[in-house]
Amino acid sequence: MKMKKWFFGVMSFSTLFITACSSGRGGEEGNSAEEDEAINIGSMFELTGSASAYGNTQANAVQMAADEINEDGGIDGQEINIEEYDTQSDEAEASSVATRLSTRDNAVAMIGPALTGPMQAAIPNADEAQVPLISPSATDDDVLTDEDGGVHPYAYRTGFTNSFQGGALATFANDDLDASKAVILGDNSSDYATGLTEEFTEAFDGEIVSVENFSEGQNDFNAELTNIEQTDFDVIFVPGYYEEGGPIINQAREMGIDEPILGPDGFGNDVIYDLASEENMDNIYHTSHFVLTSDDPDTQDFVSNYRENFDTDPDMFAGLAYDTVYLVKQAIEETGSTNSADINAGLENIEDFAGITGTFSFDEMHDPIKTVSIIEVQEGEEVGTSEVEPDIE
Amino acid sequence: MEAFIQQLINGLSVGSVYALIALGYTMVYGIIKLINFAHGDIYMIGAFVSYFMFLNLKLNIFVTLALTMFVTAFLGVVIEKVAYKPLRNSPRITALITAIAMSYLLQNIMIYVVGPEARSFPQIVQNKTYTLGNISINQMEIWLLGTSLVLMVLLQLIVQKTKMGKAMRAVSIDAKAAELMGINPNTIISFTFLLGSALAGAGGLLVGMYYNTIDPMMGATPGLKAFVAAVFGGIGVIPGAMVGGLLIGIIEVMISAYGNSMIRDAVVYLILILILLIRPSGLLGKSNKEKV
Repeated sequence: MKMKKWFFGVMSFSTLFITACSSGRGGEEGNSAEEDEAINIGSMFELTGSASAYGNTQANAVQMAADEINEDGGIDGQEINIEEYDTQSDEAEASSVATRLSTRDNAVAMIGPALTGPMQAAIPNADEAQVPLISPSATDDDVLTDEDGGVHPYAYRTGFTNSFQGGALATFANDDLDASKAVILGDNSSDYATGLTEEFTEAFDGEIVSVENFSEGQNDFNAELTNIEQTDFDVIFVPGYYEEGGPIINQAREMGIDEPILGPDGFGNDVIYDLASEENMDNIYHTSHFVLTSDDPDTQDFVSNYRENFDTDPDMFAGLAYDTVYLVKQAIEETGSTNSADINAGLENIEDFAGITGTFSFDEMHDPIKTVSIIEVQEGEEVGTSEVEPDIE
Repeated sequence: MEAFIQQLINGLSVGSVYALIALGYTMVYGIIKLINFAHGDIYMIGAFVSYFMFLNLKLNIFVTLALTMFVTAFLGVVIEKVAYKPLRNSPRITALITAIAMSYLLQNIMIYVVGPEARSFPQIVQNKTYTLGNISINQMEIWLLGTSLVLMVLLQLIVQKTKMGKAMRAVSIDAKAAELMGINPNTIISFTFLLGSALAGAGGLLVGMYYNTIDPMMGATPGLKAFVAAVFGGIGVIPGAMVGGLLIGIIEVMISAYGNSMIRDAVVYLILILILLIRPSGLLGKSNKEKV
């Protein structure tokens, strides 16, 4: 007990001290690069730890984008210098890396982290230092929102939110599949699925005839699917990840349910083909942030460049991280300043940024309004992509 | 009505796996009064062993099943010798805690060795669906139910008709008296772990085949549910584990089908609490009080 009091004493003292220090530099308004210096951009990703699979591809893509920009002469003649840190998939570490980048390394913008939790932990420090922080892939709806429902002034993301794709899938079901009756089979204990379900339900013009639920880690869906089979419907929406999506597709198709199945970006992992078994991956549509096989020349350049550098195919997370660097570049060019607060204003007002993951601007909540790609799978092969335009009211 | 029968078939498939795992819990408990929480993870290892055998050895399903059961049986015996035997005379709680530690150890070793991600199981049996009216049953379900039934009958024969089985029953009633009669309890205990782990291994293979997906955490939930099934049927009673397993499977599916699947797991654990309060010896358990 005594130990604890002592600990809290030190903690509150050091908090006071830190607050005093940072208020001392309040007049400066963020970081800038001198004209003859390189522009420091922070890269903070999960290079080790549970999310290292996401973090490493993103950090690679960020470095690759910076090298490309420097080869082409930098931003208005100034080179970019990437300061790379490992957040260890840890929230406390992400928070201290954000502070270090913004106060010691003079970063004018920070890119990362990949996950929602570390992003949330890092945002207050970005706000405090007035240095924009852009996560390529934190898709949870509320990441950028503060406790009063407003947006954190220095936080952004490049990937569309969970619920945004729910709306896009509903539009796709309405317009492209002509569906009038939908069934939802989702995990209603996850934020991911509930956000998706809500948006889908709202945007779907037809009738939701049945909603079935499952829980994380479940692998037997026969009970739910038998119920679904008894109803009359045109399309099944499965808001979930490939771990459950694969077995659901497998069991549904084995049961003889052959209606189209719609899924979110969580289906975007090749393991789903094994889990569902290839012949069952038929009549499946899922969203994706990025389409590897797109014939857009920028995308093709990115894919071949990435393969050359890292000997593997890039995934959508790499695509998002790559776009984020060019997004910062555009903000610097448009504002003509390397001051982090100016860059922030530039990001806020960015219009029609044309990236490989789509063309977008930010809405007032700093979420990108972008086209959603929907990949169509027939007989175990990706046969095409449809673009769904965002529904802007 | 047809939908109901279809759901009953679904429930039997799920339940037969619980029954296979529950048998291991119940036999070990019957003999040494230990709830072997590592049992669900032996089932998981069974799934991985058969996965690698199918991939690398490409043997037929019966040989793979036999080999998998052999490997998990061996593992079960080793675990007993290394982790539980030295604690035979310690308080029961010590062995219980060791069992929990063993469960996490196995899970984490497998996460380290094979990685945490879900893998797809090779498809060995061409899955055909047979329909009768509106009721359909597929080949996997027939495999699952059939194999479980055959193994359970075999087990019952071993326990009731063989000398080893007779010795098992004797040790479970009174280990000291059995020892005086010339039975070596250590051999019997090892034999029990061997039988139980072999059945769990078979369960792992069948589930891998049926659901087409395996991962190192797959043993945790079915392990707990099988434990509930064992208690439900009467822990220590072999037919009780079978009945308990099948009933828990059917109850789960019926709740998903006609109730709310959110409360499915809650109901299963509620059954555990209710059984312990109302009929601690379980459905088929003898209600005589344990001698102190």
